[in-house]
Amino acid sequence: MSSMTPETGRAPAVSLRGVSIAYRVGDGARYEAVRPVDLDVPDQSFVAIVGPTGCGKSTLLNAAAGLIAPSSGSVSIFGEPLAGVNRRAGYLFQLDALMPWKTAIDNVAVALEPMGVRRGEARERAHAMLKRVGLASFADRYPHMLSGGQKKRVALAQTLIRDPKILLMDEPFGPLDAQTRVIMGNLLLELWATDRKAVLFITHDLDEAIALADRVIVMAAGPRSHFVGDFRIDLPRPRDIAEVRHDKRFFDLHRDIWAALRDEVSRAYAQADGVAA
Amino acid sequence: MKPSRALVLALQILFGVALLVAWHFAANIRVGSATLKFFLSAPLDVFWRVVKLFSEGEIWGHMWITFQETVYAFVLGSVAGVLCGFALARNPLAAAVADPYLKAANALPRVVLAPIFMLWLGLGVWSKVALGFSLVFFIVFFNVFQGVREVPATILANARMLGFNERQLFRHVYWPAALTWMFSSLHTSVGFALVGAVVGEYLGSAAGLGYLIHQAEGVLDTTGVFAGMAILTAFVLIIDALVTVIERRLLVWQPQGAQTTT
Repeated sequence: MSSMTPETGRAPAVSLRGVSIAYRVGDGARYEAVRPVDLDVPDQSFVAIVGPTGCGKSTLLNAAAGLIAPSSGSVSIFGEPLAGVNRRAGYLFQLDALMPWKTAIDNVAVALEPMGVRRGEARERAHAMLKRVGLASFADRYPHMLSGGQKKRVALAQTLIRDPKILLMDEPFGPLDAQTRVIMGNLLLELWATDRKAVLFITHDLDEAIALADRVIVMAAGPRSHFVGDFRIDLPRPRDIAEVRHDKRFFDLHRDIWAALRDEVSRAYAQADGVAA
Repeated sequence: MKPSRALVLALQILFGVALLVAWHFAANIRVGSATLKFFLSAPLDVFWRVVKLFSEGEIWGHMWITFQETVYAFVLGSVAGVLCGFALARNPLAAAVADPYLKAANALPRVVLAPIFMLWLGLGVWSKVALGFSLVFFIVFFNVFQGVREVPATILANARMLGFNERQLFRHVYWPAALTWMFSSLHTSVGFALVGAVVGEYLGSAAGLGYLIHQAEGVLDTTGVFAGMAILTAFVLIIDALVTVIERRLLVWQPQGAQTTT
């Protein structure tokens, strides 16, 4: 895939150059999950990666987060090579990442502690942030007392309160029901509209990817996964992700991207069957 | 369908009364010139003995001793268990080295250590504390060890992304996880602290509830044995109720039917 030239003229927020991910599996063999790929996420842009399950899209995100080191190639963040955990990124996980022993407000406030913010001020700012995600009245609840969508809001507040320049999202709304996903998607777009961060959003849901992103990248089925499509989403903003689906342009984009994705999905299934047989 | 509370309570009381009545009549069965009271004692005798023990006041001292031993064993065993569990969970090499020795030490029935502790620490409180400690330590240790090692990977990855340093990771993630596991074994470890105290007293001491029962047994005083057992049972139930109260306060964040209604 060709890398995009940064529109702003500055270095892209996230830049992967020749990044590949390989594991050593049990019998000493090398399993190459992702073969060398290039990817640029320009500052203030929203990029979504879709692909069949097991294609290595989360692995790629973890490389951008600095949680795993790529087997080859380099990751740079705003032009600087990444070493260790990506300090300029916030990460929204698919699974529950909140500390279950802390209330919603403490979960959010604690994110400011590594930045040296005093406790009183941290709680004040956490409260304001919970208000922005619509959870002010649930500040003193523990995670187990919150619904799936409410927990995601707390996680979003926890991530955003540090004001990261980059948002990495790993199927964050995957476990939620359909209605909650729409609400959370709109909340995300609303927050993003007021403060445009570079977003790298992983999902297996093509509708969600098109509705949210400026650009949708399709990933091949693993192993040796790579990018097989790169689509610019020119739907006007602001968008309502429930309504944008009825747009003619959405329909066309969906058809084109699905054509690329469908082959990969069937390949992924064929391979899974082949392994099982 | 769930039976009503009143019905359950009524049947519980009825069952208890039936047991006491059966005991009463069994104890009064005549065998030759005597009754079976020598072997069984009798509910009323036991009741009056308990009243007498409390009215004479001697019992309070024994209870205090047993309580002290239980508390010391619990506190010291828990502190040592948390510290060791923590240290080994964060240090895989030390954990691997210590593993067979810990397994061996835990496999040994701790009661056989009682005479050794008495030899080392005398017949007073501390030999009982040592026995209770040896029981409590392993429960807490294994729980904390497991708890710290099994902190969900997502929570750890999130903590790293939030930029936590080692100290913050300890304070906000590992420490609460370890305490959770310690508290979840609270009933078991308090129970074992008490077992250590009573068994230790029973095997050799000059005070405590275990000593009281042992003394009565030594003079074939069945009533005394049953009275001691009744007091010990009440004592354990009260301590267990206290633990439940503490547990409720400490584990508010855990999913429990009762908490969600508040």
